[in-house]
Amino acid sequence: MRIFLLHVMAILWKDIRYELRSRQTWLGMGMFVLLVLVIFNFTFDLRVDNVSAVAPGVLWIAFIFASLLGLGRTLAAEREQHSMDRLLLCPVDRKAIYLAKLLGNLLFIGVVEIVALPIYALLFNVPLPAALLLIVLLGTLGIATIGTLFSVMAAATHARELLLPILVFPLIVPVVISVVRATQQLMAPTVNEPPWIGLLIAFDVIFLSISMLTFQYVVEE
Amino acid sequence: MRDAQANWINPASDIEAIAVAVDRVSKTYPVPFLRLKKFFRRKFKPPVEALRVVSFNIRAGEIFGLIGPNGAGKTTLTKIIATLIQPTQGSATVNGHDTVRDDERVRRNVGLAGAEERSFYWRLTAEENLLFFARMYTVPHAHERVHELVRRVGLERRVHERVGALSRGQVQRVAWARAMLHAPHLLLLDEPDTGLDREGSELIDALLAEHIAVGGSILFTTHLLERVLQQSDRIVMLGSGRVVYNEETAGLDYDTLQRTYREVTS
Repeated sequence: MRIFLLHVMAILWKDIRYELRSRQTWLGMGMFVLLVLVIFNFTFDLRVDNVSAVAPGVLWIAFIFASLLGLGRTLAAEREQHSMDRLLLCPVDRKAIYLAKLLGNLLFIGVVEIVALPIYALLFNVPLPAALLLIVLLGTLGIATIGTLFSVMAAATHARELLLPILVFPLIVPVVISVVRATQQLMAPTVNEPPWIGLLIAFDVIFLSISMLTFQYVVEE
Repeated sequence: MRDAQANWINPASDIEAIAVAVDRVSKTYPVPFLRLKKFFRRKFKPPVEALRVVSFNIRAGEIFGLIGPNGAGKTTLTKIIATLIQPTQGSATVNGHDTVRDDERVRRNVGLAGAEERSFYWRLTAEENLLFFARMYTVPHAHERVHELVRRVGLERRVHERVGALSRGQVQRVAWARAMLHAPHLLLLDEPDTGLDREGSELIDALLAEHIAVGGSILFTTHLLERVLQQSDRIVMLGSGRVVYNEETAGLDYDTLQRTYREVTS
């Protein structure tokens, strides 16, 4: 277990250091989120009575598309330089590689989201309750678990930028519905709504378990 | 490192000990989405048979030269022994460990350095790259081991520079250092002399000699017949995925080897 955690930390630290030197993923995702929020803010006629219906959708469109940009880059860089082969040649549990890549993706997306949330609140004139952070964390975890798994598959193909959204979007539909409805509930609570946060946790657990179990077969030949 | 080397097969006590056994290995690369292509009546290339029933052994303490023209299957075979790909049929073992069933143990016993290596993290320094891989192999006293190898490959002055700023020959030296980080029993060198200057060639000769001196085994692939004749104890020549020649180099002359090679390539 100690060696497993040491491997996870070493891969994660390497990815962070690499990203800090290139800043490609962070800058790309950050610019994308900012542009989406600004464009939607100008596009929609926002009034007090419709903001809770529109704003959550805008927020999650920005986060989901930005996440896919970042997820595609992190593993494509490993594949392009064939460094993934060298990582696989090491006596490392494949689950440790998956977990490190997932944590890295969560961190990269999370930083962009933390920067974007105050801008979103300012542009759409909505409050930022603490519970929104929990929803963002759970939603990002759901997207990143599936996204990390499929970005390995997509990175091995020539059309990875095209393939990744096609593979990931249908699978994350339950997460997308849950996070948007949970965010709406937070802004304008209604009665008889399903427990969206509970459903999100369930989806995350299922996605994480399946991804951990299947990553070995996906990443190897 | 001595602890790791203690687990190796000792060639002094068992001269016929087998370090690598390749037993009737075949490898066919399938056509992707074959059924889909057939269903839509799309044209597709036939599956590529990279290796066809290849068998040979490498003894402990032996330098084994694998030669053959481009597309003969040398890299595929090297990757199978390194556990990077699985054979379609047959099996390969390293120190008795199967490359498919016992792949993690095989990885601990194998160090791989390819031709014109690019498989580094180019924005990290040579030292950071080596330390990262040392952690992956859980090398004890990683810093000391990395600096020992950096000195050995003559890169002390450039170790703090990003790999992307190093020349091709210097990156190749980092690759050799990485291959030897965990003191593997078997070194797999895929065309190690590609693009090397004289100093680099001399260095690799010295490194090979040191590895053999401590009881290790080496499999290297090359196109250079003179080099394989000088360096190796045994030569296997591959042609179209088959073993077409398997001889010890003692008593073998260059003309015979060149004649056979020409027959295979033609």
